[in-house]
Amino acid sequence: MTSTTPRPRLVVVGHGMVGHRLVQAAVERGLTATHDVVVVGQEPRPAYDRVALTSYFAASGPEELSLLPSGSYDDPAVELVLGTEVTAIDRAARTVVLSDGRVLAYDQLVLATGAAPFVPPVPGHDLDGCFVYRTIEDLDAIRAAAGPATAGVVVGGGLLGLEAANALVQLGLETHVVEMAPRLMPVQLDEAAGATLVRHVEGLGVQVHTGVATESVSGTGRVDGLALAGGARIDAQVVVFSAGVRPRDALARAAGLEVAERGGVLVDEQCRTSDGRIWAVGECAAPGGRMYGLVAPGYDMAEVVVDALLGGAGRFVGADMSTKLKLLGVDVASFGDAFATTEGALELVFSDAVAGLYKKLVVSDDGRRLLGGILVGDASAYGVLRPMVASGIDLPENPEELILPASRGGAATGVASLPPEAQVCSCNNVTKATLLDRLGEAHPGPDGAEHHCEDVAALKACTGAGSTCGSCVGTVKALVEDHFAAQGREVSRALCEHFALSRAELFDVVAIHGYRSFDEVVAAHGTGRGCDVCKPTVASVLASLVNEHVLGDQRAVLQDTNDAFLANIQRNGSYSVVPRIPGGEITPDKLIVIGEVARDHGLYTKITGGQRIDLFGARVEELPVIWRRLVDAGFESGHAYGKSLRTVKSCVGSTWCRFGVQDSVQMAIDLELRYRGLRSPHKLKGGVSGCARECAEARSKDFGVIATEKGWNLYVGGNGGATPAHARLLAGDLDDETLVRYLDRYLMYYVRTADRLQRTAPWLDSLEGGLDRLREVVVDDVLGLGSELEAAMARHVATYVDEWSAVLDDPDKLARFVSFVNAPETPDPAVSFGTARDQIVPAGPVDLGATIAVGAPA
Amino acid sequence: MSATAPDQVRVPDDVTWVPVCPLDALAREAGVPALVRGEAVAVFRTHDDQVHALSNIDPVTGASVLSRGIIGTRGDEVFVASPLHKEHYALRDGRCLDDPTLRVAAYDTRVVGGEVQVGGRRPECPQ
Repeated sequence: MTSTTPRPRLVVVGHGMVGHRLVQAAVERGLTATHDVVVVGQEPRPAYDRVALTSYFAASGPEELSLLPSGSYDDPAVELVLGTEVTAIDRAARTVVLSDGRVLAYDQLVLATGAAPFVPPVPGHDLDGCFVYRTIEDLDAIRAAAGPATAGVVVGGGLLGLEAANALVQLGLETHVVEMAPRLMPVQLDEAAGATLVRHVEGLGVQVHTGVATESVSGTGRVDGLALAGGARIDAQVVVFSAGVRPRDALARAAGLEVAERGGVLVDEQCRTSDGRIWAVGECAAPGGRMYGLVAPGYDMAEVVVDALLGGAGRFVGADMSTKLKLLGVDVASFGDAFATTEGALELVFSDAVAGLYKKLVVSDDGRRLLGGILVGDASAYGVLRPMVASGIDLPENPEELILPASRGGAATGVASLPPEAQVCSCNNVTKATLLDRLGEAHPGPDGAEHHCEDVAALKACTGAGSTCGSCVGTVKALVEDHFAAQGREVSRALCEHFALSRAELFDVVAIHGYRSFDEVVAAHGTGRGCDVCKPTVASVLASLVNEHVLGDQRAVLQDTNDAFLANIQRNGSYSVVPRIPGGEITPDKLIVIGEVARDHGLYTKITGGQRIDLFGARVEELPVIWRRLVDAGFESGHAYGKSLRTVKSCVGSTWCRFGVQDSVQMAIDLELRYRGLRSPHKLKGGVSGCARECAEARSKDFGVIATEKGWNLYVGGNGGATPAHARLLAGDLDDETLVRYLDRYLMYYVRTADRLQRTAPWLDSLEGGLDRLREVVVDDVLGLGSELEAAMARHVATYVDEWSAVLDDPDKLARFVSFVNAPETPDPAVSFGTARDQIVPAGPVDLGATIAVGAPA
Repeated sequence: MSATAPDQVRVPDDVTWVPVCPLDALAREAGVPALVRGEAVAVFRTHDDQVHALSNIDPVTGASVLSRGIIGTRGDEVFVASPLHKEHYALRDGRCLDDPTLRVAAYDTRVVGGEVQVGGRRPECPQ
């Protein structure tokens, strides 16, 4: 039975980050059980992550930034209307008018119209080549204009202006920043911090002009430069205005709602406007007359409104305007009373101009409480300092230790000192207590079943902490480690009962001491005789470092059965065989050989996802005969059995494809042959696409290479499987040589530092600093490891031999490939086959269905 | 718990010893498959040169594969890990160390004149 009374309707004007958050909260908190929701967005696409706007240039498309990739809400009560403007509100009739002519009745109306960039009315501000920096369309336009341009200038040296400058640098333009105030980021930084930031930014090639006003934009029809007060001039073909934002409150003004003196819809603590049925949230709102230009307060306002509509008493009483970000690779943070405006406030400053560090703490006059601070160059202490301000806990005895580098007597700032109510994630308002609860208590997980959060990834998914700006991930990680350590359940990175070391530590130990055997390693650093965890791990480390045959010198007994027999074991004890087909390219003659081998040995054949052919059903004693025929025809091992490089998949590329811009097949073959046989913590896959259409699905691989007009984009950390991950851009427009150099470094760094069975995506997540850190190591070479990693890869390439041929040439190794040592002529009767769809299939006593053992297969 | 199955009664004294291979051909901490009276048997040599034999059949999957497992230790117990799903079986008696409901048959072994031999299937030790 459906009710005849229509359900009350909530209309949300604006589908930006805050509008989206409001709808999410309405769905999650059950408001949609009683209300219909209509969201009207002006932009052509659903809400996206505007905070990460600059990463759009590195993204494959706008969907990568999307907050609603499916395009609709998973709740039939919510209707999303895009590409449509609300042109008027009729408060008396309780309707809104849409630009397509529709008139929508509302019971409750939420304005989430955001803000618009402020363009100073200087002459020439509307010439072609002038832009603002707010939407994906803005960025598309800037990118298009940057193509033929050589120089660009950003008017405004605030937070967003520096983001825009970063974008211009990424687009290859000579970049200038003009700021009227005497320093960069005048709202967040003091004089000395601004000066430190300028040195960093100029070091990256950006020319900074502070304390100077923009007189006019010059050019006839198109921009050709910027005239500054005092007569100076900057030649530029692109101008981006980033001189602040203004609340978009025109709709509210026209409807006669009260607005704040400096703009913004005036709202009370529940975010209610002067009309009791109309609410305003985010940048268009002015709670208590003040506008908040950050996303976190907007999210809070969205929650408050949903709470109020549910009858709750939530209040918005101001926000933490703390900021931490990485600008052009420089850490910058500003929090609390950064300018020491509190009466009697004292400042404690550490500055090192040579290292580019500036750190300031603002403390209360009794020296007991932290009031705020500024960090430039190293903001690692932010995660601990900001919550100290919010919670008002007592400062330690020597507060200067909080900002001194460890080498100068500084203490590691521990998360243990944070009180439970300390807000760890300010974007999503998650406290330390909430995080610890989720770690300790069973609670309903994403699938509805009870579960415990055991790691950072689970905690992120569960609480949202660290999922918006990411600046608190290090703190969350430290909390997880401390929590389990306190329980005696130390997040042990020990490999197994025989080794207290992690795989990465073991790698270092083996490298430093030059061990060549498991016996040496376990005698010096372990206990007992090893097991099925540490033995294959040590074998893999030895293979990565020394690259001798995996079955040589008593190493066969260390290998998992797949490596031990250089083939993939199947459920009935038979094996499958996969010859390497580099890049998926194969001649008809070679295809015929594979067919003949399969036919003659009665093997089941199937095309793999990695563009190769898998031959199933080989008995262990048949493997050498099969390899012999394949090797004689020019094949080699495809390492389908190893924790090692599998394939580098490719599309046909520019050779055949009318869209291709680079020869992806040649590149895939080159890369597959370079990295074949490389033993790694987990399997490795690659892909190369010849154009942005990405037919090779390269971004679902551990390394993905995608052709551009100018070269190659390199993506890292993707995989398919149970936890799919899209690879992310490490570097763009690389020539062949640089691509290979970065790949050498990336892969070797992974091989050296990842945990056992950790694929590149979780490894990347576990790196402190994530992708940015990897970029520092691989591209900027901040650790100075580049040449060492390249040399290690060069050694690997030089010492590669085909593992199958090497067995065929060695009677000792061949001896293991028998059915029975005392009856080599008798096939094992337990291995038997039936037939399905004209090919063999395992038969006999094997019944796996009900007996999958606990634990994931290795 | 229950009565032993008929094939788990003590082997007759006159059971023959089946030669497998020279001890030298059996690597330390490795296994080999052998055919013993028509059955697949996995024969292992430990780091301290003891020789053990278990049925080669993985009880979980029915596949004839245990000789290809990795040998290791848990505390003092020497085990073989099934290559299919990694259950651990004690070499001395075939008990599964992870699941008390699982076990594999163990066989007597001896080394005579440098040759490894497998004898009768051992009765299940009461547990």
